[in-house]
Amino acid sequence: MEIKLTVNAQLVTVEVEANLLLSALLRDRLRLTGTHVACDTSQCGACTVLVDGASAKSCTLLAAEAAGSSVVTIEGLAADGALHPMQQAFHEQHGLQCGFCTPGMVMSAVDLVAVNPDPSEAEIRAWLKGNICRCTGYQNIVKAIRAGAAALRSA
Amino acid sequence: MTHDGIGAPLRRKEDRRFLTGRGRYVHDIVRAHQLYAVFLRSPHAHAEILAVDAKAALASPGVAAVYTAADIAGKINGVPCAWGIVGRDGKPMKEPPHPPLAAGKVRHVGDPVAMVVADSLAAARNAAELVQVSYKVLPAVTAVAEAVKPGAPQLYDDVPGNLCCDWAVGDKAATDVAFAKAHHVAKLDLVNNRLVPNAMESRAALAEYEPSTGEYTLFTSTQLPHVARVLLGVLMLGIPERKFRVVAPDVGGGFGSKQVVYAEEALVTWAAGRLERPVKWVAERSEAFLSDAQGRDHVTHAELALDRDGKFLGLRVSTLANIGGYVSTFGPNIPTNLYGPLLAGAYTTPAIHCEVKVVFSNTVPTDAYRGAGRPEATFVLERLVDVAAHELGLDRVEIRRRNLIPKDAYPYQTPVMLQYDTGDHAATLAKALELSAWSSFAERRAASAARGKLRGIGLVTYIEACGLAPSRIAQQLGARGGIFESANIRVNPSGDISVITGAHSHGQGHETVFAQLVSELLGVPCANVEVIHGDTARSPFGLGTYGSRSAAVGGAAIAKAAGKIIDKGKKIASALLEASEQDIEFKNGAFTVAGTDRSKSFAEIAGAAYTPPPSYPLETLEPGLEETAFYDPVNFTYPGGCHVAEVEVDPETGVTVLVAYTAVDDIGTVLNPLLVEGQVHGGVVQGVGQALCEDCVYDPASGQLLSGSFMDYCMPRADDLPLIVSETACTPSAHNPIGVKGCGETGTIASPATVMNAVVDALAQYGVTHVDMPASPQRVWQAIQAARLRPVAE
Ligand code: FES
Ligand code: FES
Repeated sequence: MEIKLTVNAQLVTVEVEANLLLSALLRDRLRLTGTHVACDTSQCGACTVLVDGASAKSCTLLAAEAAGSSVVTIEGLAADGALHPMQQAFHEQHGLQCGFCTPGMVMSAVDLVAVNPDPSEAEIRAWLKGNICRCTGYQNIVKAIRAGAAALRSA
Repeated sequence: MTHDGIGAPLRRKEDRRFLTGRGRYVHDIVRAHQLYAVFLRSPHAHAEILAVDAKAALASPGVAAVYTAADIAGKINGVPCAWGIVGRDGKPMKEPPHPPLAAGKVRHVGDPVAMVVADSLAAARNAAELVQVSYKVLPAVTAVAEAVKPGAPQLYDDVPGNLCCDWAVGDKAATDVAFAKAHHVAKLDLVNNRLVPNAMESRAALAEYEPSTGEYTLFTSTQLPHVARVLLGVLMLGIPERKFRVVAPDVGGGFGSKQVVYAEEALVTWAAGRLERPVKWVAERSEAFLSDAQGRDHVTHAELALDRDGKFLGLRVSTLANIGGYVSTFGPNIPTNLYGPLLAGAYTTPAIHCEVKVVFSNTVPTDAYRGAGRPEATFVLERLVDVAAHELGLDRVEIRRRNLIPKDAYPYQTPVMLQYDTGDHAATLAKALELSAWSSFAERRAASAARGKLRGIGLVTYIEACGLAPSRIAQQLGARGGIFESANIRVNPSGDISVITGAHSHGQGHETVFAQLVSELLGVPCANVEVIHGDTARSPFGLGTYGSRSAAVGGAAIAKAAGKIIDKGKKIASALLEASEQDIEFKNGAFTVAGTDRSKSFAEIAGAAYTPPPSYPLETLEPGLEETAFYDPVNFTYPGGCHVAEVEVDPETGVTVLVAYTAVDDIGTVLNPLLVEGQVHGGVVQGVGQALCEDCVYDPASGQLLSGSFMDYCMPRADDLPLIVSETACTPSAHNPIGVKGCGETGTIASPATVMNAVVDALAQYGVTHVDMPASPQRVWQAIQAARLRPVAE
């Protein structure tokens, strides 16, 4: 079937099979490989993107379900080469090591801050339940999200 | 110029690509006309393969090939082991063949049986379902304690008792003497639970073949591209190094599981050559659970002999180590050489004897997992020290103080092979006690009790051996190659620098930290230094990254190469400045005639090396400025320190929460404190995962993996953890040119024992003296119930 959706502010018209996952559409068809797939049970959050502004696990959505929606991936977060304040905060706070969980973490954080502009440490930790990181022990991710939230509040 | 050399908390150069989705992992690489590989894996833990019928699969749409053991027989050799160990009888370990596709028999659930290659992933998956395999299911054994029993199912006809190797270290007679004169003997039986490494990027391999030259290129998620090239190319496939390029691009975590060389990598390469098309395979997470080398899995009995004053006289350890269905790349080395010699810990115990039975079972092979042998040793020793303190009525800190190796006793020869170079355990202990507010714990315990919670505190004083490895020693212990590291420093004509290292970064941050090192040594801005790694076509032969070796061995190789650059620079400067070479000093990025202001900048010397001015003595001095160094350490490095944990247990539910964690680690020179802290956090949390939630469980009857996904295998999450307080101390390594010791594994080595000591402390009022990992709610609750039912002795 043919679907239309907006991906990183560009209108996309693609032919998809009914069982194609949004993660596969993004990675394989649109070559937006910043969205990662790290599990097959919807547990890790590496595939998190924004769908109409809210974070969603793209491995758990059919591409067809995203028809008509606006999808933002990690590649679409920064405008004109500048880092988004949340990306900048992950950099400043050393919130990433191998980088594999990072796109999902950042997208999830962007959504958190949209619904809760000043999250506490406990709120951040609770929000990240659906995102697994094996490298960082989460501590600097939590710090980064606090810093990113502060930067966004003052922006 | 801002200081961005050694010790600066520089933000990472590599971050930008990861933060903008431009990282390039094997998952992301696509080649024109590529084919997709899928592996059909055994559903049985132990079975004979009676027949494989691939006809229907071959006829399935889009299928290019189906390969089974019969198709590769005589064409691909078995998966090799890089480290053979020797038993206490002097005989080599049993090393049965490890066929890339199961031949005759399958030995664990997930053992690959057939490889299907097709135009699309969907076509390959569909076809894999059509491969007909008939099995004769055999009784299976997964638990190591069962596998050694008489009558247990036997994995190999010629490996009686499933015994791969009966290994020992230490002086048995001296240890027996020590026990004979002991005032008290503390005893402990414990289990070190099996773990799944679970790097977030699953393993992947993409191979291509160029028929015009006969060259193969393999993109693979490995920690050691050069070693993989030798093992896969030369040993398994018969492809000479000059025709085989192995590239490890961005790799999403390794933790040891990617220092193993796997059958899939060889099969994908071979298929690319046969089919003359690129072939790609990406493991699914469920597949990773069944095919990535797993970690730990020990059953141990340990005894500590003490005198009247609580001084350790002797230690006896007997361990059964489960290495799974096959000998993995470094598998047998982990529970032996990287375990027994670590049992001296940070203490002066004069006599130690450790015996390890290395045992096959119908499980996924085990190999290195972050810490690799050393967390297991630390767990045994530090739990046992707590048991001894409890039994003797000694304070847990005091018993450690009485036994720690004093600072002035270094270098210290242990009774189990190692010679520790430097350390100051009293200092790290004092610091950790202070940071963790150890002395005011009673108040926090009372506050928890007021809320109906049991609070416990635990500590560990540890030492570990890393910086793998002095080749000479490693080879004596069975390593089948040297374990040095290489570096190539290429000063480009404009004076900027390419550093090509044989180490590999899969999260550690080498692109930043090695640039800092070169910046410091050569006085050039960090921004002008580019670190290149992970490609056999670009770097000199190197051993890769594992065992906290990159800074200690790879960094030392870089320092050595930088020294050669400076030496050559001095020669050039001496000609240009018309001074004798001995009078040239290199400081702050300039070559100066001592005692004068006559000087040439680093960039000027680089320029002269490539555009030799008339004064350049081309007859005696080669042009160019590029040096390669290989560094082989003379000893291991020995990070150590003290960790403290606090837990709170809900006695009604058994739920155990880690509420505080303090890590004080002496890792020698700190190259970048920000990155060190990140390594410590990550390491600690992996150990906390083992202590509180992670558990790889096989069904004893069927041999099925019960914890085969993130639903059943409990990974630590952000909300399971408190803020970790981390500090470093520094007694520089005495033999390493930059004084570093390594920081990648300290956290994982110390934290399981630290957390479990706290858990047992929380339950002490019930008379609980030991809890096995993970301290899941069920297990803790059961320990409390069992204790409640026990008559109280006092
Ligand atoms: S890949 Fe989507 S949750 Fe793991
Ligand atoms: S940075 Fe490696 S998984 Fe999070």
